[in-house]
Amino acid sequence: MNHNSAGERLYNGIIKENPTLVLMLGMCPTLAVTTSAINGLGMGLTTMVVLALSNAIISLLRNIIPDKVRIPAFIVIIASFVTVVQMVLQAYLSFLYDALGIYIPLIVVNCIILGRAESYASKNPVLPSLFDGIGMGLGFSAALTIIGAVREILGAGEVFGFHFMPESYVPFSIFVLAPGAFFVLAALTAIQNKVKINGEKKGKDMSRIQSGCNSDCASCSDSGCSRRFYGESKGSDIKGEVK
Amino acid sequence: MSDLMKVSSNPHIRSKATTGGIMGAVILALLPATFFGVYNFGLHALIVILVTVASTVLTEYIYELLMKKRVTVNDLSATVTGLLLALNLPPGAPLWLGVVGGVFAILVVKMLFGGLGQNFMNPALGARCFLLISFTSIMTSFDCDAYSGATPLTALKAGESVNVMDMILGRTGGTIGETSMVAIVAGACILIMLDIIDLRIPGSYIVSFVIFIVLFGGRGFDSAYISAQLAGGGLMLGAFFMATDYVTRPITKRGQYVFGIFLGIMTGIFRLFAPGAEGVSYAIILGNLLVPLIEKVTLPKAFGKGGERA
Repeated sequence: MNHNSAGERLYNGIIKENPTLVLMLGMCPTLAVTTSAINGLGMGLTTMVVLALSNAIISLLRNIIPDKVRIPAFIVIIASFVTVVQMVLQAYLSFLYDALGIYIPLIVVNCIILGRAESYASKNPVLPSLFDGIGMGLGFSAALTIIGAVREILGAGEVFGFHFMPESYVPFSIFVLAPGAFFVLAALTAIQNKVKINGEKKGKDMSRIQSGCNSDCASCSDSGCSRRFYGESKGSDIKGEVK
Repeated sequence: MSDLMKVSSNPHIRSKATTGGIMGAVILALLPATFFGVYNFGLHALIVILVTVASTVLTEYIYELLMKKRVTVNDLSATVTGLLLALNLPPGAPLWLGVVGGVFAILVVKMLFGGLGQNFMNPALGARCFLLISFTSIMTSFDCDAYSGATPLTALKAGESVNVMDMILGRTGGTIGETSMVAIVAGACILIMLDIIDLRIPGSYIVSFVIFIVLFGGRGFDSAYISAQLAGGGLMLGAFFMATDYVTRPITKRGQYVFGIFLGIMTGIFRLFAPGAEGVSYAIILGNLLVPLIEKVTLPKAFGKGGERA
């Protein structure tokens, strides 16, 4: 698949570099708002809209924005979209607006958005950047919805308003409280890693999947982990080092 | 002569103590409190204890089989965890509560962190707090055939008078194993005589708790109030059996005093200023989390290192 094709970008965002479960970005909303599936989905889609639009605009302006002030410029663009989205939510989806609360304005500092702007949109043409934003946003939404659904099923016995569990089920209220977010996130991440390790054992080249530490994440581009997963000699070296 | 010349790798000083032996002694020491709980609360308490212990042991066994690890059920540590957890459950607990707690204690708190010696938090207490947050109403309902109404600590917090003698003997409502101060202290004496625990943590815990209660309890040095606070709730069980857990206490001697004093202050804060009447389990797991830091600042100087600067 072409590296910058729309399909590849979507696949990359949803599966390969899922921002929540693989890149471990945006942990604050992930842990805080996933008390129910609908909240998780709402947060994910809101972020996706901001992410796609800001990616597109930043990509358009990538040759104009001076390198030294790029972060403030990105923030201004992102903050504008967040303000728009927040007002739209307040007007038309007030239940979601109330449920997400402070976490809507905090989308401005969501590191997925800044990370994609820095590592992808500022270097690539408009269309791939737009799809990169949509892909990442969908990946984020999917992860948040799954976390929210698991927490809601275990913690309240229902999901999206449907009762899932038998009448006699006593809900584990801890799962809709803060600790539950950590349990579920950890379990999902473990499953993701297990799938990856199993793939590696079968000889598939999975080394590219956990690329969170390479150029994708703005904060740790040159730290040790990039060498761990993207060693000079690909493939043979990786297994020896990761052990 | 040739025998004397043999050089082996360290450790050269070996102790005969084994994990299984120590855990066996802890179980022995918990038996008075267990028997008293069963005598006090009836047959259902015994069934809860058996089911909880079975669930911790089975969880450890099945996990180790599935993960192809060495099966360590024989070291009895899972049994101790199950027994401690059961003693922390209300006597009317449904049986599934013990099973859920047992699985959580072993699977999440102990095994996922690497098994015995690697867990950062006392598994029994971690599971108790998990259950307490998840099923608050079940975990705080101490009504059973023998007793109904508030536990002595709740009554005490509400300003009512309590019968201190009953509390010391254990003829009150509460969790299965926490009510009888006499039975717990008898068990603790066994552990102290066998040199399995010492008084550093329980002593500094209880003393600092009493000082805190005297200073902030609002009743000054009222001996009836203080003994009611000491005999009520899980303080004795926590101080002698949970805070002294080898894995989750500080190793350094000074650190153990710091740990005990921290627990005493936190328990006092929870009991006096928090909405609930009890706070021993939260105090101890908070203390468990601080253990690495406590050990870091209380590390003794190696011989010959440090000293005064010139």
